[in-house]
Formats: sequence, structure tokens, C-alpha cells
Amino acid sequence: MTDETKASDQHITGAQMVVRALRDQGVEVIFGYPGGAVLPIYDELFQQEGIRHVLVRHEQGAVHAAEGYARSTGRPGVALVTSGPGATNAVTGLTDALMDSIPIVVLTGQVPTFMIGSDAFQEADTVGITRPCTKHNWLVKEAETLSATIHEAFKVATSGRPGPTLVDIPKDVQFASAPYTGPDMVTPRHRIPRRETDPAMIEALVGEIERAERPILYTGGGVINSGPRASQLLRELAAETGFPVTSTLMGLGAYPASGEAWLGMLGMHGTVQANYAMHGCDLMVNVGARFDDRITGRVDAFSPGSVKAHVDVDPSSINKVIPTQIPLLGDVAEVLEKVLALWRQRGSKVNRDALAAWWRRIDEWRATDCLAFVQDGPVIKPQHALSRLEALTKGHDRYVCTEVGQHQMWAAQYMGFEAPMRWMTSGGLGTMGYGFPASIGVQMAHPDALVINVAGEASWLMNMQEMGTATQYRLPVKQFILNNERLGMVRQWQELLHGERYSQSWSEALPDFAKLAEAFGWLGITVDDPADLDDAIRAMIDHPGPVLLDCLVEKHENCFPMIPSGKAHNEMILPNAEAQGQITAQGAVLV
Amino acid sequence: MSALKIEPGSTSHSAYDLRAGYEARDERHTLAVIVDNEAGVLARVIGLFSGRGYNIESLTVAEVDHEGHRSRITIVTTGTPQIIEQIKAQLGRIVPVHEVHDLTVDGPSVERELALFKVAGTGDKRVEMLRLADVFRANVVDSTLESFIFEVVGTPQKIDAFADLVRPLGLAEMARTGVAALSRGSAAV
Ligand SMILES: Cc1cc2nc3c(=O)[nH]c(=O)nc-3n(C[C@H](O)[C@H](O)[C@H](O)COP(=O)(O)OP(=O)(O)OC[C@H]3O[C@@H](n4cnc5c(N)ncnc54)[C@H](O)[C@@H]3O)c2cc1C
Ligand SMILES: Cc1ncc(C[n+]2csc(CCOP(=O)(O)OP(=O)(O)O)c2C)c(N)n1
Repeated sequence: MTDETKASDQHITGAQMVVRALRDQGVEVIFGYPGGAVLPIYDELFQQEGIRHVLVRHEQGAVHAAEGYARSTGRPGVALVTSGPGATNAVTGLTDALMDSIPIVVLTGQVPTFMIGSDAFQEADTVGITRPCTKHNWLVKEAETLSATIHEAFKVATSGRPGPTLVDIPKDVQFASAPYTGPDMVTPRHRIPRRETDPAMIEALVGEIERAERPILYTGGGVINSGPRASQLLRELAAETGFPVTSTLMGLGAYPASGEAWLGMLGMHGTVQANYAMHGCDLMVNVGARFDDRITGRVDAFSPGSVKAHVDVDPSSINKVIPTQIPLLGDVAEVLEKVLALWRQRGSKVNRDALAAWWRRIDEWRATDCLAFVQDGPVIKPQHALSRLEALTKGHDRYVCTEVGQHQMWAAQYMGFEAPMRWMTSGGLGTMGYGFPASIGVQMAHPDALVINVAGEASWLMNMQEMGTATQYRLPVKQFILNNERLGMVRQWQELLHGERYSQSWSEALPDFAKLAEAFGWLGITVDDPADLDDAIRAMIDHPGPVLLDCLVEKHENCFPMIPSGKAHNEMILPNAEAQGQITAQGAVLV
Repeated sequence: MSALKIEPGSTSHSAYDLRAGYEARDERHTLAVIVDNEAGVLARVIGLFSGRGYNIESLTVAEVDHEGHRSRITIVTTGTPQIIEQIKAQLGRIVPVHEVHDLTVDGPSVERELALFKVAGTGDKRVEMLRLADVFRANVVDSTLESFIFEVVGTPQKIDAFADLVRPLGLAEMARTGVAALSRGSAAV
């Protein structure tokens, strides 16, 4: 290997370099779609065996599949697309990965260097278009720098706060020859910042942990990004301190849903106990979350009485939205390690009596049972469908993806995640059409696992072309569609905020989903009777190939609890509050 | 009926209305940003400012270290203290950015800008122009029987002041370089 990776006088073509660099980066699978500007690379892929190429049906699918692959493995996902339309089709996926801090590397073909700027066939200013939606991107103009640039793209994508990178490779560079540079030969041209956590802040946090009367751990996607060790340390911290834990949508699974300290998700559609505890706490420890607006609601009313500590690798996340008294710059695992070490060394002290009283209050909030629903009548409630899906798939080696909308929130509320990297969802960008291709990426990485995509019918249609991909690669992905024949989340907002004027928020002219599935050689199941639901879910699990389960659900169900935008955490609406008209904060707790 | 009782015509119920109730004051800061001198780096910096809605009052850029391929971008910007902190942190995320210095908080600094003024006029006005140029230590770098081009070096305020004075005398055209700035003393950034 070392001989091979050393720069040598032996020249290889740019296209060969691409394949060799991917192999040296440990890449096993790439998702892509060919075209004129990447033909030399496809020619090389044809003549090798080490890297599997998955032919998607649309470049957006390739990028989301790479995201699903990355999020479920902790390794960077890779996509390969052609110039012009291939590259522009990748933009949504790149933006999605940037918002959710997902490490992916996208390789794009470009017209030959001597034609750049001439409005050549399928020319687009790819680095210009993708500059704001990548962590960094490169246009490679000489074969001499190509292999080093690809290695650097992997480095940038995976270091610090992860994110997408893009390397744009003109066709003449793919044909040109130059010596290959291996990964260990590359001295990064660009600084990879090293973040040192201020020891005084570690000490300050430990002091607050010892003192706190009403603490809460507010965890996020950064714990997942940091790796399994971070989740492990978080669990130790929660177990040893007895502090309650909540998580954002992006952090689900870092702390187990079955854990004693678990309050459920927080935020706009979070639980009463999580949001009230955030509002009333005196110490908030933010571990790898970014005070997103779905969490804070009205910033000036956000957790008014608490000291806030914030662990984050990215200095721009700290003090961006909410001022922090204890900034802890660094990787979650590294910081938690230091905090735990010092706290243990000082005798593992917490304010036991106050903590017990705090838990009593939390238990009162819990007693509101804010996720309760009643499944009665002949129509399946979406909450019921997901509760049953959860019950019937729990013990499996399971990965869950979602699309975007009400079904996504219900999946977060009614399914429980015990481990990190098992939950793939588009949080920051909220990309309808993410879940199905993501499930393909996840299944490629975990061929024997049960991979489920919880979808709304409208979102699912946005990337339904990937059915062919699943069939071709025999990927037994399970598409669990909660079909309300509505753009449910939009409809809900229109009901609550726009005088029930349902402008364009229904799904007209839907296909017969089961027949559609059959047309691609899948198993298609339709279920509309609550009595048949369990059998339908079992049939979905038991079928060895891809399955589409079209679950017809209540059309006008709303997703609650809900903190209306711009309201404070203690101004939630609960399911049966709707009828009351005016909701007071106190009223909300009492329902 | 809507559970939220939002008044007709109200626009404050958007998900994105997150303005805090308190107001902070805008400050003016001069930043020195050391970057790799490579294609697209200026576009990255400018794109950051336009994309995130930050202000640019002045921006200058030129290579300062040929061997090390480094350029120095001097940006004068305004914003609340929180926004200024964000701008610096966001600049720091750009991969080819090596250093971000806030000359406004790092200690005393000097700022200079160069401007060229074309002033057209005859008779008494010409005499007045030259008198003003003398006061501002401006150089005459071009002259015709009907016009002068003056070169003024100084702080942006001095250049503004000169512009205000020559405007009534027949200011025809003006070009400014934007601010270059260094911290005082022997230490280098
Ligand atoms: C319809 C819809 C409704 C939504 N409703 C909710 C809701 O009710 N509740 C909710 O929580 N979300 C909700 N979301 C998601 C929301 O928009 C945000 O995506 C989410 O809250 C952000 O999660 P996060 O704060 O964990 O940040 P992430 O986007 O996961 O960011 C991670 C943070 O951790 C940092 N980080 C990364 N790696 C590391 C590391 N190794 N060490 C330290 N720090 C690191 C990053 O710099 C960043 O600041 C909703 C989304 C949609 C589409
Ligand atoms: C690409 C894209 N376009 C528009 C939206 C806005 N949007 C958010 S949720 C939603 C409706 C989703 O409907 P569906 O997939 O059926 O899910 P449901 O809410 O009914 O569960 C829409 C249109 C979006 N998030 N993404």
C-alpha cells in the first residue's frame, strides 16, 4: 500500500486518480449518474472492482443516498455526477448536508478547461453555484493537483463540524496524466483549526453541575457527529448526575429513549416535560445543538432564568442565537471526557435534594401525557400507525428515515431510538424527498438491516423515481407511507394560522401506490382498517424485498404538542386545547 | 377556528419572526482577514456578507505575501456586538481564511484610504481648489486648463470632508480605494 500511495514518477490519468483516491480513502460505495463530462471516470469505474457504484435515477437521489450512508455509518458518503444539470440537481442535497452537518464528498464533471466560460454544452458555474452550499469546493484545473484535492475534500468534509465538499473536475483534466499523490503525502494547504477547550470553562461547568437545582441536558446532532464515544459519555453523565435529558430532532438516539432520564424531544413539536423543563431550568447544558428557531421560539422568552453552557466545535454556533455564560469550544466527546473527569475527581457531587424536587415537577409535567391519543373508529390515526410500527419493529436491527412533514414529527414522537446513527431525517433544510433516497443509502451500508422510511405521500412522490434503484440493487427498503391525501403540515398551519383556507394543500390525483410498487417489482400493500394494521406491518417486515405500505390515515389530524412560532416554551398548544380558543400558559399545563 | 387568535392583518406570526425584544447598538469595526490568494476567495468572503445580510462599508484586497500566496482583505463593517462576533466566527469557517483580526478591539490602529477627485472649474474656483488641496495636503496628479485631479490620502472622514468641500467647486468624479488598516506598535498580526 505505502509503495502504491507514494508519489511516483509513474503517471496515471486524472480519471484513474479519482478511482485510486477514492479507494485510498476507504470508499466502498458511491452513488452517481453518468454524463458526457464524467465519461472518463465512468470508464475507469467499469474496469475495477473495489468500488461499487449505485446508479440512482436522479442526482438529488444520489446526494441524499450519500447522506443516508454517511449518517448511518459515520463515514463520508460519496456522489458522482456530470456537469451542468447533473451538478445543479445536486444542489438541494448539498444544502441539506450543510444544514445538518453531514460529511459528504460530491464529484462533478465539468466542461474542459479551455471551454470554461464559453457557455459550452452542459456548462454551469458549479463552484459558483455551490459555494454557499458546501463547506468548501474546488475547481481542479491541472491533473497534478487532482489527487491531493480529492484527499483534502475528504479531510475538510469530515473534520471539525462535518459538511459537504465538492470537487469539480473538467473533462480534459480527467484525460491528462500526472503523478498520483496518496493521502499521507498530502500536507493540507488549508488550516484545519484545532480547538482547545478553555479549562476554566470546564471548571465553571463542573461547579454549576454541583450546584444546580434544576438542570437539564439539551443534546443535539453534534453528539451524533462526534461519534459513538460521545453518546457513551453522555449516558454516563446522565446516569451519574441524575440530570434529565432532552434532545433535538437531530440528536435522537444519542441518549436512549428507554433511559430513565429521557424527557422526549423538545422544541416546536416536543413534549410538555421537555419544553417546560427547558423553560424552568436553572442550568442548561447544550451538548452539540445549535439553538435552532424550532427550539428557542421567541428568543427573549427562552429559558429566562438559566445559566447556559454550550459545547460546540464550531465557534460560529456559540453565541449565535442565545448568549452563553459557559462556552465550551470543542468536540463533544473530548469535552464530556474532561468534564466527567474533573467532576468525578471532585467527588461526583450534585444537589440531591433540589434535584429530587426538580424531578417531582418534571413528573407532574409528564403526567399531562401530552402524546396521548385515542384510536377509535374505523380510520387509522397516524399516531397509532407509528406506535404499532414502533412496537412491531423495536427488537430489529432497525434504521429509520423520514420525509418531511407531520409524519416526520410523529415518527420522532412515537418511535424510540436506543442508539445513535439509527435515525436519518432532514432537519435544518426540511427537504421533502430526502427520506426515500436516504433509505437506499442506509440499506447499501447495512444490507441485512431493517431500513424503514416513514413518509408522507406528498414527500414520497418527490423522489419516487428511486424505486428503480431499489429494485436494481435488490435493496429491501420499506416505504411506510402515512397517506392523508394532504400536504398535512401545510394544511395544519393553514388551519391554525390562515383561517382554514386550504390553499393548494391537498394531494390530488394520487396513484394507486400498491400497483405502482408492483409495477417496479415490489410488494405493494394498502391498509385502511385499524384491524388489519398489524398484519400489514408484519407482512412488510417479513417480505425479503422492497415494500411499499400505503397506510391510509385520518386526513385532518394535527400534530401536537405545538409551540406556535414566535411563542415561548410555556405557550404550547396541546391536542384538545384547540376547542378552547384562547390558550393560557397555565391552561396548557393543566390539560 | 384558529386557536391562536391572530389579528387580521398581523404579520408577526411568521415562523421566522424571532427578533428579540431588546435592541443593541450598531458598532463600526475594521477587520483584517488573511487569506490564501486563490481563485474565488473574494467571492467566498463577499458571498458570506451578502448571504447572511451583513453590512460592508468598505472592502479592499491585495496580495501582501507573494511567496506565501497570502492576501489581506480589510473590511469595514457595522453591526451589533453579537453580529460582529458572528461575522468573525463565520469568516473563520471559510477554509482559505487563515486569520481574522478585529483591529477595532485589538488595540489602537491606523486607517488610511486614498481617493482621487476630478474637479472641473475656472477662475476663482480654481484658486479655491488649490487652497483646499493645500490644507488637505492633496497632490495634484493631473491638470488641464479647466480641471484638476487631486490625490488625497487619509482617514475615510478626511476624504469625506474633502469631498464635501470640493463638491460646490465642481466635483466631476471621484474614486476611492477603501480602507487599509494596521494595528499600531511593533507587533504584527
Ligand atoms: C417540519 C419540521 C419540524 C421541526 N420541528 C422540530 C422540533 O420540534 N424539535 C426539534 O428539535 N427540531 C425540529 N426540527 C429540526 C430543526 O429544524 C433543526 O434541524 C434541529 O432542531 C437542529 O438540531 P441541532 O440543534 O441538534 O443541530 P444540528 O443541525 O444537528 O447541528 C449540530 C451542532 O453541533 C455542532 N457539532 C457538530 N459536530 C460536533 C462535534 N463533533 N462536537 C461538538 N459539536 C459538534 C455543530 O457545529 C452544530 O452547532 C424540525 C424540522 C422540520 C423539517
Ligand atoms: C421540497 C419542499 N417543498 C416544500 C416544502 C414545504 N412543506 C413542508 S411539509 C409539507 C407537506 C408534506 O406533506 P406530506 O409529505 O404528505 O407529509 P404530511 O405532512 O402530510 O405528513 C410541505 C409542502 C418542503 N419542506 N420541502
